[in-house]
Amino acid sequence: MSEANKQTDQKFALQMINVNKWYGDFHVLKDINLDVTQGERIVICGPSGSGKSTVIRCINHLEEHQQGQIIVDGIEITGDVKQLEKLRTDVGMCFQHFNLFPHLSILDNLTLAPRWVKKIPKAEAEATAMKYLERVKIPDQANKFPGQLSGGQQQRVAIARSLCMDPKVMLFDEPTSALDPEMISEVLDVMIELADEGGMTMLCVTHEMGFAKQVADRVIFMDAGQIIEENTPNEFFNNPQSERTQLFLSQIIAH
Amino acid sequence: MYITDKILPELPAPSSSKGVLHWLKTNLFSSPVNILITFLGLFLIYKIVPPAIQWAFIDATWVADTREECLGEGKGACWAYISNRFGQVMYGFYPPEEYWRPNLAGILLILLTSLLFIKQMPKKVWIGAFILLVFPFIAYFLIHGGSFGLSEVGTDKWGGLMLTLIISLVGIAAALPLGIILALGRRSTMPVVKSICVIFIEFWRGVPLITVLFMASVMLPLFLPEGSDFDKLARAMIGIILFQAAYVAEVVRGGLQAIPKGQYEASVAMGLSYWKSMNLIILPQALKLVIPGLVNTFIALFKDTTLVLIIGLFDLLAIIENVLGSDSSWLGFFTEGLVFAAFVFWIFCFSMSRYSMALERKLDTGHKH
Repeated sequence: MSEANKQTDQKFALQMINVNKWYGDFHVLKDINLDVTQGERIVICGPSGSGKSTVIRCINHLEEHQQGQIIVDGIEITGDVKQLEKLRTDVGMCFQHFNLFPHLSILDNLTLAPRWVKKIPKAEAEATAMKYLERVKIPDQANKFPGQLSGGQQQRVAIARSLCMDPKVMLFDEPTSALDPEMISEVLDVMIELADEGGMTMLCVTHEMGFAKQVADRVIFMDAGQIIEENTPNEFFNNPQSERTQLFLSQIIAH
Repeated sequence: MYITDKILPELPAPSSSKGVLHWLKTNLFSSPVNILITFLGLFLIYKIVPPAIQWAFIDATWVADTREECLGEGKGACWAYISNRFGQVMYGFYPPEEYWRPNLAGILLILLTSLLFIKQMPKKVWIGAFILLVFPFIAYFLIHGGSFGLSEVGTDKWGGLMLTLIISLVGIAAALPLGIILALGRRSTMPVVKSICVIFIEFWRGVPLITVLFMASVMLPLFLPEGSDFDKLARAMIGIILFQAAYVAEVVRGGLQAIPKGQYEASVAMGLSYWKSMNLIILPQALKLVIPGLVNTFIALFKDTTLVLIIGLFDLLAIIENVLGSDSSWLGFFTEGLVFAAFVFWIFCFSMSRYSMALERKLDTGHKH
């Protein structure tokens, strides 16, 4: 990519251009095109197996796409190891099952990557960690281990852990799907606060339609590896265009 | 409809479900068959334990200058058989006036290691690295000598418990890191690395240790250029290390496979490189999981060191069996020798086992995958 192009693309935090991916013979992503501007908040929904998780896992290269381009912050992802390590410090990710490191205390979970990847001194990393723990409202758990926390607390720690790396883009892969019902709102509240602060580009795969309505700038509906519909939340929920979207919405609202 | 405002208080468990009597009843006397087995067990203990104590302690001869003093009516174990040649049992044919050298090395190792157990000790990593990378050379110069004004004591003179400990400590210290690297290599996505590791592991696991030792001591010199003299102990040690590393590798691989994929993903998603995520995230968890398997391997290694007898090295058991046992002025105390050897081996193996259990408790962070 030329220098001039790089400049014009800078307004996009993230671009996916004709991305295709196969698992063996199974075509899991079909011609995904997506432009995300800086600070934009996007919710991706769709039935299970629609490829929505795969899309965001391709963005930080946990999954490899076979065709097309993914451009994060003006740089195309190639799979080069050094470039990937850099990319991943700019792209934070929260997983469905939190994936905290069970052998480390909460504080060590938060300071590990800043200290070992960004080489930030211990004291400074711990101060940052405490700042984010306060933001997710659990500074008193800093010295406990993940196994001693509830699911909701663990997911909030996981969010704080990603924020400690000061990412430009945050990816959420069904962050509330593994939680007990009474813990979902504490995690969503943290995410809403993060969204309300602005500035952070967020992509969130979720079935929490209330969250989508409240924070999303855009909702993307996927089915069978394709983006079926892409619209503002208001339009998406009140006036869905495609038949598939209407069916999906009627199914999740029925319960 | 039912509704209550009352919160029920927490009550202590009924006394019939705890206490000594309850324990006895549920564990020893819960059914007619168990009552029978309990009494049979007590009878066996009564038949075996008191005579054993009588023989080993009460009637035992602890000090004696000749074998005749140990013989006679009502005489038990003859520990003088061991104590009279204790130096050889401990050090083999090492010159007695130089015993201070292995002793010093041993004390140094104990001191250095105990530093690691002090909770608030700073720079533990450096102490650990010093023990693993620098101490072996210090110990070698001390025990082997030949420089710094120390007289040379060749490895052919090393023996007894000292040799057993040297072989097993070096074996454990070298086989563990090598095994970890092999385990990581076997899970590598790079085909060449993976096949090298698979072939290595499967080769060494496929041959008996005796064969390895024979090869190292008898066959290897045939392939080496004439006149090149490669220490017999070093050859045996390399054989043992490579052999045990293959076992360690498979144990560690089991642990690596038990770590959920999410842990790998979370660590790389945070920008950690492969080696950092292995060192900081994956291996600490995997190794903790396989502590029982690793200790199993180390205990086996410790006991397998007795096989070095067949290539002419005299470890603890070999000294007792072949050196003490062939002393014509002290014939007939084979039992004492073997009981003593068994006791020493048991002490070390049991300590390893207890230590590993303590370590597992210490590393438990309340998380179950």
